[in-house]
Amino acid sequence: MRTVGTAVRFDHAAVQIGGRTIWSEVNLEVAQGEFLAVLGPNGVGKSTLVKTVLGLVGLSAGSVTVLGQPAGQSGKQIGYLPQRRSFDASLRVRGVDIVGLGSDGERWGVPVPFGTTFLPSRRAAAQRVREVIELVGATAFADRPIGQISGGEQQRLLIAQALVKGPRLLVLDEPLDSLDLPSQASVAALISRICREQQVTVMLVAHDVNPILPYLDRVAYVARGGAVCGTPDEVIRSEILTELYRTPVEVLKASDGRLVVVGEPEAPARHTDRHSGTPGPTAQPW
Amino acid sequence: MVTELTAAQPGLSWNLVEDVRQLLLYPFMVNALRAGTIVAVVAGALGWYMVLRRQAFAGHTLAIVSFPGAAAAILIGISATAGYFIAAIAAAIVIAAVPRSLGGRARSSESAVIGTVQAFALACGALFVSLYGGFLNGLTDLLFGSFLGISSSQVLTLLIVAALALAVLAVIGRPLFFATVDPDVAAARGVPVRLLGTIFLILLGCAAAEVSQITGALLVFALLVMPAATAQQLTTRPLVSFALTIALGLAIVWLGLAVAYFSVYPVGFYITTFGFGGFVLAAAGRSAAGRVRALVASQGLA
Repeated sequence: MRTVGTAVRFDHAAVQIGGRTIWSEVNLEVAQGEFLAVLGPNGVGKSTLVKTVLGLVGLSAGSVTVLGQPAGQSGKQIGYLPQRRSFDASLRVRGVDIVGLGSDGERWGVPVPFGTTFLPSRRAAAQRVREVIELVGATAFADRPIGQISGGEQQRLLIAQALVKGPRLLVLDEPLDSLDLPSQASVAALISRICREQQVTVMLVAHDVNPILPYLDRVAYVARGGAVCGTPDEVIRSEILTELYRTPVEVLKASDGRLVVVGEPEAPARHTDRHSGTPGPTAQPW
Repeated sequence: MVTELTAAQPGLSWNLVEDVRQLLLYPFMVNALRAGTIVAVVAGALGWYMVLRRQAFAGHTLAIVSFPGAAAAILIGISATAGYFIAAIAAAIVIAAVPRSLGGRARSSESAVIGTVQAFALACGALFVSLYGGFLNGLTDLLFGSFLGISSSQVLTLLIVAALALAVLAVIGRPLFFATVDPDVAAARGVPVRLLGTIFLILLGCAAAEVSQITGALLVFALLVMPAATAQQLTTRPLVSFALTIALGLAIVWLGLAVAYFSVYPVGFYITTFGFGGFVLAAAGRSAAGRVRALVASQGLA
């Protein structure tokens, strides 16, 4: 798979924010079409790692190459799903409209009335929106108000939104956060399927590895100012995780050969607060 | 001429054509209909976004602020119209300048600031009115609206401001919708979310000042909230509900003005009542439709 080409490459990268080194000496290589998870305890800079890939945070040392270009120059080829909370229950806007914003939401102007009937470009865009909704299995609920569907269903539509423009790299910040266990499993399976079928490189931030572990090609554990990267078998080992977390972590092998991580420190319920810089129960990540 | 005017004393008949002819006989009534039409369109357009953005409190405050604006303008002898716009736009800038990220915590501090501005504005209005002295009749008009005495130049001002506001909205419409329903992703995609929020508040100030001149400062919501809230009850398609909002606003204004013409009670009451009636009907209809669907579904399962 390495021969396909490199999607994301960190070379001796370091980030400083406000004079404090978040992490340094990060070396990481993700091949195109691979499924990478960025794991680690809260507050170590997982989201910062993602933002350097998007070009939203600059490096203090080293380099990041994304899809063959310096970070920040391949905007349209990256689908990004920020860390988020769910939509307000009373928001009377259909899921399909939210997905549609992924294709032209930032364009100035207003939609032309009946544009999908008369304008071929708008018709093609609407067709594409329906395609990605079908792809994520959201057709059944895409026409319902987004606030009235479940968190897992919302997350499917948001993944569709990130996919509308046919990105080569999909960057997902905690997409499984605040979902119930069955939804976590099905959304993780969906992301893996998209990764394989659409040949999209996936970079997924998570604090709980178990729901995604069966699908991963590569793992980057961020902790203690640096990162350990490799295949799951190389990285997800009791001694490595125990050292990273500085607390006893056990990696068990289930009877079907799957790995299960036990003793990973639990995430606090209000995970998003860590990233916003403005502490408080309702702060959002940006 | 005199006899014709006498013959056209307000009087409702069963002949609708005759009633409408009567309505249009007086220039003040024609001006009122023109002003009402302009205001209904601009209020519907901005109100639709306001309801989606949950900024009704900000909208209400911008309208309230236009009351001391107009009172102060009358006090110092400039046109009340100018007072409405200056006060509302200034208040919009103050509200937007409150440091506010996108988070809920920031929003609660925003509403505290808005409440403070609103209370201070009302107090200033009371002061200006008493400084002016003995202008009690005008006070009722400022608070509850009047459609008498809208001049042609006032209509022109309303039209120019409305056209400017709608032109700006036409440019920012889609990114503003994106920033409204999905601010995080919009920001990540390069939409200037903060800037759009500020521009929107200024446009909303213009709309609130326009509506205040017809319905009075206290009843602005009749045109700013009711049509949009009703339309959003009826459909979840953005373009359809936007068009429906403006259509409802126009219907409410025209009906309200027509009925007020034939009656002695303030126009603000009628406009508000028709808006309220529409909202109640829509909400009741939706809840009934939901119940019917549930019933059909349960029958189908059984």
